[in-house]
Amino acid sequence: MSTAKAPASIADPMLPFLYRVKGVKRETRDTFTLNLEPGNGGGLGAFRPGQFNMVYVYGVGEVPISISGDASRTGVMTHTTRAVGTVTRVMEKLRAGSAVGLRGPFGTSWPVDRAKGQDVVLVAGGIGLAPLRPVLYHILANREQYGRIVLLYGTRSPSDILFKTELQKWGGSFSMDVFVTVDRADRQWHGNIGVVTHLIKRAPFDPLNVVAMVCGPEVMMRFTAQELVRRGVNPADVHVSMERNMKCAIGLCGHCQFGPRFVCKDGPVFTYDYLDPIISKREL
Amino acid sequence: MQQPLDQILSEHSFLKGLRSEDLEMMAGCATMVRFDKGDFLFRENSPADRFYILRHGNVALELHSPQGGAFCVMTLGEGEVVGWSWLTPPYRFQFDARALDLVRAISLDGSCLRQKCEEDPHLGYELMKRFATVFAERLHATRMQLLDIYGEEKSRKGRK
Repeated sequence: MSTAKAPASIADPMLPFLYRVKGVKRETRDTFTLNLEPGNGGGLGAFRPGQFNMVYVYGVGEVPISISGDASRTGVMTHTTRAVGTVTRVMEKLRAGSAVGLRGPFGTSWPVDRAKGQDVVLVAGGIGLAPLRPVLYHILANREQYGRIVLLYGTRSPSDILFKTELQKWGGSFSMDVFVTVDRADRQWHGNIGVVTHLIKRAPFDPLNVVAMVCGPEVMMRFTAQELVRRGVNPADVHVSMERNMKCAIGLCGHCQFGPRFVCKDGPVFTYDYLDPIISKREL
Repeated sequence: MQQPLDQILSEHSFLKGLRSEDLEMMAGCATMVRFDKGDFLFRENSPADRFYILRHGNVALELHSPQGGAFCVMTLGEGEVVGWSWLTPPYRFQFDARALDLVRAISLDGSCLRQKCEEDPHLGYELMKRFATVFAERLHATRMQLLDIYGEEKSRKGRK
């Protein structure tokens, strides 16, 4: 059902650690990346790709944000998010030295160990590329352990493409295949136009020997998973990062309940064979 | 040495499963074509007397307006079918199809095939089944694009 397990314990999971903003980077018109370092020494433990932290802006509020940085770099915590609500709009205006609180890391992780020896296909939609970026850092740093690596990335328009410089670097390397598509574009765009699911049919991977990881808007993830299965991928090999409203992040408050599970501690990464019967139920 | 056309057609996933006599007939209605970058495979409102199966390269489906210029609604690539208006009256292409790079394709005579489908309902049904899948996929993709799923996310159960 769920993939790599969450850590056994965090000292006091409700107590935020003080972090300081090291830098804020504008990614697109409404998306930014926060680089944070421990404020008092120490800090949170290492994270695994796919996990998230609860990021607390003092006096404003706390939100769950996936970690988007390199898991092999200790100390620095990187989060990429859209400024869409009260907390993230304030977060966007933070400057170097500002204080935030972090709790975590929480949740299950992407199956980077299980994927060894197999092809890996990552399908990202919009901001969904951010939680998948740690996977790319990991598998590219351990390239010989994996088969073909394919990234399929869809977003709204060319100006919404996230991590452009890195995408160009990855696409230009011989280590992986990168396919980008946008929903709409003007004549200046010379790439693919269409939905990201459209790229799956032609993507160069072996459906019988692949681990797929999918992240993006839930509608996109549903149809992506279906298309992967249609191509021949085993539903148990399709991993999806779910998102629900999370508050405590430790399975106590019930806000993120998703059927019989909690997204914060049984997820956010689930396999599609578990999700298939419930993901389309609007009541959940 | 180039493969015979009926063999190329038989190996293509879109035509897989057709009777050998139908493939042979279709090969008689087919030619290999090439378009350079910027060439048009067809123009909007021109007679839809053919369709293409792409073997190499990418094609943009575009609509043009005097105010906004050309607007691309979708790009199609290797292995995909371009053009279905040969099947539905008034048999006029609904979009421009422009080569985004060097395109090699199989061009099939839509007028000829339409006549053959009228004469042979089995063939007609087999082609219609295949095109129906293309219609469904393209309609679904268009609806997804219309949804603007990457746009400003409304609050689900709480705000960030």
